[in-house]
Amino acid sequence: MDLTRVNEIIDKYHAEKSSLIGIFQDIQAEYRYLPKDAITRVVERLDIPLTQAYMVATFYKSFSLVPRGEHEIHVCLGTACHLRGGQRLVENFERILAVKAGGTTPDMKFTLETVNCLGACALAPLVRVDQKNYAKVTGDKITKIIKEYRPDGEGTTHGKD
Amino acid sequence: MEKIKTPKELEKLRQEILAGQKKDAIEVTVCGGTGCLSNGSEQVAAAISEEMKKQGLNGKAVLKKTGCHGFCERGPLVTINPMDIFYQRVAENDAADIVSETLIKGKTVERLLYVDPASQKKIARHDEIPFYKHQFRIALRNNGRIDPTDIRAYLANGGYAGLAKAVTSMTPVEVIATVEKSGLRGRGGGGFPAGKKWRSCREAKGDVRYLVCNGDEGDPGAFMDRSIMEGDPHSVIEGMIIAAFAIGAHQGYLYVRNEYPLAVQNLGIALEQAREYGFLGKNIFNSGFDFEIRINRGGGAFVCGESSALMASLEGRAGEPRAKYIRSVERGLWDKPTNLNNVETYANVPEIIARGADWFASYGTAGSKGTKVFSLVGKVKNTGLVEVPMGITLRDIIFKIGGGILNDREFKAVQTGGPSGGCIPKSMIDMPVDFDELTKAGSMMGSGGMIVMDDTDCMVDVAKYFTKFLEEESCGKCTPCREGTRRMKEILIDISEGRGTEESIPVLEELAEALTLGSLCALGSTAANPFLSTLRYFRDEYEAHIKEKRCPAGVCKELITYRILEDVCTGCHRCFRECPQQAVSGEVKKPHQIDKDKCIKCGICFDVCKFNAVAKK
Repeated sequence: MDLTRVNEIIDKYHAEKSSLIGIFQDIQAEYRYLPKDAITRVVERLDIPLTQAYMVATFYKSFSLVPRGEHEIHVCLGTACHLRGGQRLVENFERILAVKAGGTTPDMKFTLETVNCLGACALAPLVRVDQKNYAKVTGDKITKIIKEYRPDGEGTTHGKD
Repeated sequence: MEKIKTPKELEKLRQEILAGQKKDAIEVTVCGGTGCLSNGSEQVAAAISEEMKKQGLNGKAVLKKTGCHGFCERGPLVTINPMDIFYQRVAENDAADIVSETLIKGKTVERLLYVDPASQKKIARHDEIPFYKHQFRIALRNNGRIDPTDIRAYLANGGYAGLAKAVTSMTPVEVIATVEKSGLRGRGGGGFPAGKKWRSCREAKGDVRYLVCNGDEGDPGAFMDRSIMEGDPHSVIEGMIIAAFAIGAHQGYLYVRNEYPLAVQNLGIALEQAREYGFLGKNIFNSGFDFEIRINRGGGAFVCGESSALMASLEGRAGEPRAKYIRSVERGLWDKPTNLNNVETYANVPEIIARGADWFASYGTAGSKGTKVFSLVGKVKNTGLVEVPMGITLRDIIFKIGGGILNDREFKAVQTGGPSGGCIPKSMIDMPVDFDELTKAGSMMGSGGMIVMDDTDCMVDVAKYFTKFLEEESCGKCTPCREGTRRMKEILIDISEGRGTEESIPVLEELAEALTLGSLCALGSTAANPFLSTLRYFRDEYEAHIKEKRCPAGVCKELITYRILEDVCTGCHRCFRECPQQAVSGEVKKPHQIDKDKCIKCGICFDVCKFNAVAKK
């Protein structure tokens, strides 16, 4: 793969060993995962063991070693959202998208994630798709949310309508 | 920009800024906190700005986008000063009326006023609304009042005067003594006296010292640090610079949660401005003191709120805590003496220095001075951020400020302290809230999350929720925590799904003890609290699940069934259409039924029914 962008990111952090997490965050944002070649380049340029990079890449929730979907759905499971039915939303998203939380749909359109708190508890239960927040979501609104991002794909209908 | 070198120059600049803000100009503030933004406050601000131009108000009124006002429940919020008018749930199409009626004619737009649920009266003035009236704001002093991206707004309100005083007229030891005398305790969870920590760090051996701000706010249901970082970033930065001067650090780190992009952005802007004005960098206020701050984003790991794990993360490693035989004030970041406090703690510091220790200590209780910011969430009417003096009762917070329980249901418990905390039952609602009282009640202050629960919340489910959370977030380094949280979670799942036995509770208690005594860091040693506190106050609920296979609150999916109340059902056919399993049958305008064998308990019928005809039993 072309590593120009990876090199630019490493340069931005002056290839400092302590900036490993920041570098990975930028790579993750660029590619929606940490490609193997990119990790190898980071390891070479920061002069750190591959094991350390692997440990960091697998420890933190924001990194993924496999490509993520085009849109990331985050169902908030902070306490307030939990009390107002967040868990049921996760189950309904799982059923409608036919993936488990943490998974990506086969068409690479969506990755479904749960998040511990987005700090917008007045809007509970909250769903965030990419940067857009959906407030006070109920089970029946899920298909509408998905349709916004996948107007004519699979899994956009449920029930009898 | 010429760097500010003396307190005199700072005061002169402040006067200039104040004079520049035309005294008679009307100021419109639109809340840009996360809650209001999600409700469309950006569009409201744009519409008001457009209307101001259209109706010829340029120069006569100014529009400001501020940080979080706190009253998230009623967003988007708009305030108008100097009249102190408070508008709530403002929409784009209200902009024309706000401009023509209020800004031009000075009248209030009645339909946008807050209605006090108790008296049913409309309240126009911001400071008369019960939600605000009973608060006292120190850490949130500027939140919702100033534009967080404009350092001049912070300066106009007395910003950086505390720093000027500290570095030009006090010695570092005097600064520490002031903070000690103020009684300020760490707002991040532990409640350790801040001054004492600073002193230990200053006295630790070594020539290089570091200062860290913990902005990795991870407790679910707590968002005060986020609001401060987004809405008043300079207060945190000023507090950090003062602390660095006190302990003798020249490099600081702001560790911010990755899920908070706006906080990262606003802190970055604020750091840039502070450098420009000379509050950061070399020779601050001509004192010979140098200090720099850089921002590090977290990677999304709850355990990184623990100080030694956070420092490991700052060094670019996986965030695993270490045993603290040697404290981090002696050997922390890169093995150098390191002082770490959280966002809210630092935000208090400038005011303590500017106004004095006695002023701060005049608020609060004997052991807990000052105020605390709570995020009041869950089944409460007025969700939002509240700052109150320590020692206020739970009842005052939940009922006076919070307006009572959502839908006027019955108050059951309040959960404080995040995953390490516990549930406090209704019988203790008159207890005063401070660090020590909460610990006595089997919970803790934590970072200040306050989650209100009603009779439809199941305590076994709450314990399961937090235990599951901690199991997922355990870093896995030490066995009691890694295995203990997992086994506790499994047993709690068993209980909630009807597989509990008489052994369940005794085994949970044994595991709880092992976790508490044997874990390396506070994540593990407090992980049993959600279970222990719910068992202490709600043992009958555990027993109902175990012995009668029943969930009294109607939450635990395996133990409940959905059914339609025939006498309430209008036959609107909505649930029939929405049910993904075709489990609902019935004709239009006649009562419907749910086929229990087909039902997967997704709850959609319950969500869509407008007549409360779907019951969980």
